[in-house]
Amino acid sequence: MTPAIRAEADRLFAAFQAAGAVAIDTDILQPAEILLDLYGEDIRARAYTTHDPLRGEMMLRPDFTVPVVQAHMAHGADPARYCYCGEVFRKQQHRGNRASEYLQVGFEVFDRRSPEAADAEVFSLFSNLLADLNLRAATGDIGILMAAVRGLSTTEARKSALLRHIWRPRRFRALLDRFSGRAPANRDTLLARLRQPAGAAPLVGLRDEAEIAARTQALLADADTPALCAPEAALLYDLLTLQAPAAAALAHLRGIQPLLPAIAPAVDRFAARLDALSARGIDVVTLPFEASHGRTTLEYYDGFVFSFHGLPDMPPVASGGRYDALTAVLGAGASIPAIGGVIRPALVAALREAMSC
Amino acid sequence: MLKLGVPSKGRLMEQTFDWFGARGVTMRQTGAEREYAGAVDGFDGIDLVLLSAGEIARELAAGRIHLGVTGSDLVRDKLADWETQVAELAPLGFGHADLIIAVPAAWVDVETVDDLDAAAAAFRATHGFRLRIATKYHRLVREFLTDREVADYQLVDSQGATEGSVKNLTAEAIADITSSGATLRDNHLKMLTDSVIHASQATLFRSLTADWTQAGPILGALTRKLGL
Repeated sequence: MTPAIRAEADRLFAAFQAAGAVAIDTDILQPAEILLDLYGEDIRARAYTTHDPLRGEMMLRPDFTVPVVQAHMAHGADPARYCYCGEVFRKQQHRGNRASEYLQVGFEVFDRRSPEAADAEVFSLFSNLLADLNLRAATGDIGILMAAVRGLSTTEARKSALLRHIWRPRRFRALLDRFSGRAPANRDTLLARLRQPAGAAPLVGLRDEAEIAARTQALLADADTPALCAPEAALLYDLLTLQAPAAAALAHLRGIQPLLPAIAPAVDRFAARLDALSARGIDVVTLPFEASHGRTTLEYYDGFVFSFHGLPDMPPVASGGRYDALTAVLGAGASIPAIGGVIRPALVAALREAMSC
Repeated sequence: MLKLGVPSKGRLMEQTFDWFGARGVTMRQTGAEREYAGAVDGFDGIDLVLLSAGEIARELAAGRIHLGVTGSDLVRDKLADWETQVAELAPLGFGHADLIIAVPAAWVDVETVDDLDAAAAAFRATHGFRLRIATKYHRLVREFLTDREVADYQLVDSQGATEGSVKNLTAEAIADITSSGATLRDNHLKMLTDSVIHASQATLFRSLTADWTQAGPILGALTRKLGL
């Protein structure tokens, strides 16, 4: 780590504290179980895992969000603002210049009062701190897509299948194609067999007959479910590809809202966020917006998402988003609206060096 | 000298010896039957190294051997970005085996990877943990399932007798190599129809990291002799 990176980290960390955040630290060694349960195999491929003879499987901190949320849910003030500065560790499965150990400086807000105001606070804080770097901002709102899915006039089973894969663009698209009748299900032989069960093989393993019967019933019920009505399906496809400056995107969403009334509360929140961003001096007429931005395998964002991009071959210089649902998962019954983001000082320093040449 | 790593025992060793022998490069074990030492007749400059098939991938990547015969599945699973570390010189046409995913044959509702994904969601909701897939091919299986955006599963390590892990309740499904499918059937398992993760065969690999200054000319002569 060069002095320039350390100086940049110190500058950002001080700025976050000046913005009202309390400095918080977390252990570098984190229990693997909770991270594996949240992220699945993706985190195993990306986090350094080690075995402790007494504490079991441990991971070198792959990010701060989970331990910070845990600390807040255990004994945090309400509302609270936290900031942190420290190393995170990510295995790289491919050769190249991606770092496997780097500093993150982060800012997290837990505040029930006005989530949209908190969204704008975090975004504008990051935007101002990085203003001199000519970064490209990207924003999105996975909450609009989720509201649209919840509002479809179809079975709960189909809605849950779509919601479960909302972060996995290809599988979501495949499900949508199937549910809307655009792609054949190719299930005829399976369904015929399920309707006339023959002598089954001896059952081995933990998944029992009741579970097999339940999914068989679900498959047969789904086969009898009519396709999504064409206008609803068309609106969902439209949302998936919606990409426009934020103000224009809002106008577009207001236009389709009468056709899909269930998205109204989410669109209202989007409008309130744009107002709050404008009040903080962000130009929402030019701010890029993509309804699908932030759909990655790290599936905890469920509302506003943002990132700031430098050079094309570089990871995002900064990224963040709203993760209300994660607080419920880690909160043992409690939950609180939360948003946060991180900046990578090494990338900021590299961009400054490139600019000074 | 050119160091050539070949499997140290069993059918894979015999077939490797046969393949080279048919092309005029005769390999034999030297010393006692169980001693891992070998020699090459009919071609000068080759130092024969007998190794386990798994180690051959690692030794190639480390550049400690110049050429090696091992399964294409092992190279892909053991080496990150394998194409940057080794190159395929020739598939050898034996040691065929497919890396596949299998589930209990009694799962009448599961035929494809899509079904497995849906069953995994229900399984996790019912049991409170992710559906377990036993395998020793962690990289290949994870990359395959990530590419197909399967969720709610976890890999558990199994270094042998993997087909038994479902009956032993240590996994709900397996990912393993199969050639005839007989072991799957005997253990009441069936293959998912679209789950061939890799069709493997014994392959002659060239190390991209080894020092080729002296071995380079020998490789040229060897590839001519082998007709590659």
